[in-house]
Amino acid sequence: MKSITTPIASAALLALAAALPAAAHADLKVFACEPEWGALVKEIGGAHVNVYTATTAMQDPHHIEARPSLIARARSANLLACTGAELEIGWLPVILAESGNPAIQTGQPGQFLAASHVTMLEKPAALDRSAGDVHAAGNPHIQTDPRNIARVGEALARRMAELDPAQAVVYQARWKDFSTRWQAAIVRWEQQAAPLRGLPVVVQHKGFPYLENWLGLKEVAVLEPKPGVEPSVGHLARVAAQLQATPARAVLRAVYQSPRPADWLAQRAGIPALALPYTVGGNARASDLFGLFDDTLDQLLKAAP
Amino acid sequence: MLRPALLVAALAAAFPVYADADLDALRAELKEMKTAYETRIQALESRLQQAETKTEAIAATAPAAEPAARSSSSFNPDISLILQGKYAHLEKLDERGITGFMAEGEHGHGGGGRGFSLDGTELVISASIDPYFRGYLNAVLVDESVEVEEAWFQTLGLGQGLSIKGGRFKSGIGYQNEQHPHAWDFATNNLVYEALFGEGYVQEGLQMKWLAPTDTFLEFGGEIGNGSAFPATNNDNNGFSSIALFGHVGGDVGVSNSWRAGLSWLRAKPREREFDGHDINDVEVVGDFSGKSRTWLADFVWKWAPNGNATQQNFKFAAEYFRRDESGELACDDADPLDPSLCIGGLAAPFSADQSGFYAQGVYQFMPRWRAGYRYDQLFRGDVAFNGADAGATLGSLADYDPKRHSLMLDYNPSEFTRIRLQYSLDKAQQGVDENQFYVQYIYSLGSHGAHKF
Repeated sequence: MKSITTPIASAALLALAAALPAAAHADLKVFACEPEWGALVKEIGGAHVNVYTATTAMQDPHHIEARPSLIARARSANLLACTGAELEIGWLPVILAESGNPAIQTGQPGQFLAASHVTMLEKPAALDRSAGDVHAAGNPHIQTDPRNIARVGEALARRMAELDPAQAVVYQARWKDFSTRWQAAIVRWEQQAAPLRGLPVVVQHKGFPYLENWLGLKEVAVLEPKPGVEPSVGHLARVAAQLQATPARAVLRAVYQSPRPADWLAQRAGIPALALPYTVGGNARASDLFGLFDDTLDQLLKAAP
Repeated sequence: MLRPALLVAALAAAFPVYADADLDALRAELKEMKTAYETRIQALESRLQQAETKTEAIAATAPAAEPAARSSSSFNPDISLILQGKYAHLEKLDERGITGFMAEGEHGHGGGGRGFSLDGTELVISASIDPYFRGYLNAVLVDESVEVEEAWFQTLGLGQGLSIKGGRFKSGIGYQNEQHPHAWDFATNNLVYEALFGEGYVQEGLQMKWLAPTDTFLEFGGEIGNGSAFPATNNDNNGFSSIALFGHVGGDVGVSNSWRAGLSWLRAKPREREFDGHDINDVEVVGDFSGKSRTWLADFVWKWAPNGNATQQNFKFAAEYFRRDESGELACDDADPLDPSLCIGGLAAPFSADQSGFYAQGVYQFMPRWRAGYRYDQLFRGDVAFNGADAGATLGSLADYDPKRHSLMLDYNPSEFTRIRLQYSLDKAQQGVDENQFYVQYIYSLGSHGAHKF
C-alpha cells in the first residue's frame, strides 16, 4: 500500500509545487473601459497583462450598450481601469452588477478610476439637467492632456503592483521607462505647440477642456447647444453668425462624432474641420499614446497662423 | 504570499506517515521556495517604499491632484422617478380580451382607458447596502395604492460569477420580462406577455445566477418563488409554487453587431386560479382553474450600430417564442345567477390547453433623436379541451381563434431622459374585432436614472 501511495503522493506534490509559481505568475486580467487606459496598462504591464478594451475610438463612451460580451469579460477581470466621473454611468453599473465579480466592484482595489487622480475641470456650480448632460465630478474627458496621462499612469502602476505583487518590480521599471520617454515627449510637444497659444477654436462637444487648458487654446463656441444634445440647425446658424464677430481658426471634433455639424460650419466659416483621434486608435497614426498626441498636435498646427 | 507556508503546513499534517527521504527533499524544496519568496517580497516592499517617498516628495512640490472627486450629486441611495402617461384613441368596446386564452385579468388587455390616462409613476431607489449586498426598490404609484413591482437584495461579493437575488423581483426568464414598461419599445405590451403573464412574470422568492468564466457570455439561472403571480397562484403552503430555469448566451459579431439568445422554463402549480370569460352565447361566466402549468420561452435579440457607435444610427431586433401546456380541472359557473350560462349550476371538468405564440419587432434609429419601429404579435390558440370536447363548444372566450396584432411606432428623444412616442396598432386580439388603436405616449426620467440592460 505504502509503496504505491508514496510515489503518487510525491507526484501530486511535485505537480502542486510546479503549479504554484505558474499560478502566481498568471497574467493580470484587465478590463479597460476606454482605449487610452487599455494602452496605458499595456505600456506598464507589457507581456504580463491581458488587456480587454471595452470600447473603441469610434464609439461614444457616454453611450455604450451593456453588451453580453462586456459582462463576460468583466467576469474574470482582476482590474477594471475606467475614467470614472460618471462618464460610463449609462452602462458600467449594469456590467458590474451582472459580472458576479467582487474584485472590481466600487471601492475595491480592483476598480481603478482615472478621474480620481487628476484635477478636474468644469465642475458645474449647479447640478440641473436643464444644463444638459453635465457631470457632477467635472468634465470626464481627461485624456486629452498628456500630463493627465502621466498622473494617471503613476497611480495605475502603483495599483497594478499592489494587485500583482509578483510583477511589481517589472511594473515599476516599465512605468519608469515609459514615464521618462513621456516627459521628454511632453517637452517636445509643448515646444511644437508654441504657435497654438491663444488659437481660437470651435468644438463640437465640450470634450476638449483639458487639451485647451494644456495648449492655451481659446474655445469660442460649442456646436452642441447643451452637452450631449445634438447640434440643431438653428443653433448652428447662430454659431455661424457669432463667428463673424469672433472668428475661429478651426472646428474640433472627436472622430466618433458625426462629421456633419463640424463640416457644415467649417465650410460656412472657411476654416478647417479637424477630426482629432481623441484616444488611441482614433486614426492610423494614433496607434499608441505617443502617436495620439503626435497626430493631434500636427492637425492643430495646420490650423495655426 | 502565505501560500508556500500554508502548503508546507498542510502537507506536513496530511502525510505524517510517509516521512521518508522523498518527502524530506520536497520539504526542503518548498522551504527554499518560501525563503525565496520572502526575500523577493522584502525587496519589493523596500522598492515600493522608495517609490512612495519619491511620490510624496513630488506631491509636496507639484500642485496636488485632487483626491477622489466627491460630488454633491453622488447620493446614496440613487433615486429616480419615471413619469409616464398617454392619450389613447380607441374604439368603444365593452371589454377587451384575448380570445382563446386564459390570460391574466388584472392588467386588462390594451392597457389604459380611452382618452388621456396616467400610466404607473415609477419610483426607483437603489444603492449598495454594504460591500456584500445591493438593494433595489421599484414602486409604482397608482391611485390610492402603491404597487411594489420589485424590492430585492442582491449579493455583490460571492465571486466565481455567482450572485443571489432575493425578495420580489422580475424573473430572469425571456428577454422583455425584466424590463419595466418605461423601457419597452412600444406603448403597449406585446400579446405574448399579455397572454402569458399580464405585464411580466414577477417572483417572490430567490434567484441564483451563474456566469461562466468564458469570453462568450454564458449565463445560467434558477428561481424558486411563492407563485403569487399569474400563471401561478400562492397556495398557502411551505416550500414553493413556482420554479423557473433559464440560460442565456451572447456575444459580438465584429464590432458592429451583438446578440443574445436564451431559453427559459417556468413551472407553476395554480390552485383555484381565477377565470373570467363568457360562453358561446356571450353570457358571462366566472370560475377557477387548478392543475399544472408549464411554459417554455425562447428569445433572441440582435443589435447593430455602425462601428458599435449607437449615437447616430442603430437597429435592434427582438423576438420571443413561447409554448405553454396547462392541464387540470376548470370549474365554471354563472357570473350572475339571474343570467344563466352554459355553466349553469356549476360545472367542473377536466381542462387542458397546448398553446404557443411569438412576437417579433424591429426598432431603427435612423437619425439622432428619432426611432421608428414595427412589431408583429401572433398567438396560436392550439388545442384547448374542456369537459371532453373542444373548449370552444362551451366557452366563447376560449373559441378557436388565433389573435394577432400589428404595431407601428415613431418616437422622438430630445435627450436620453425624454421620450415622446406615436403608435398605431391594428389589434385583432379578440375574435370579430379589428380595432384601430392610436396612442401618444410620454416617458420622462427624473433623477439618477440607472443604466439599462442590453
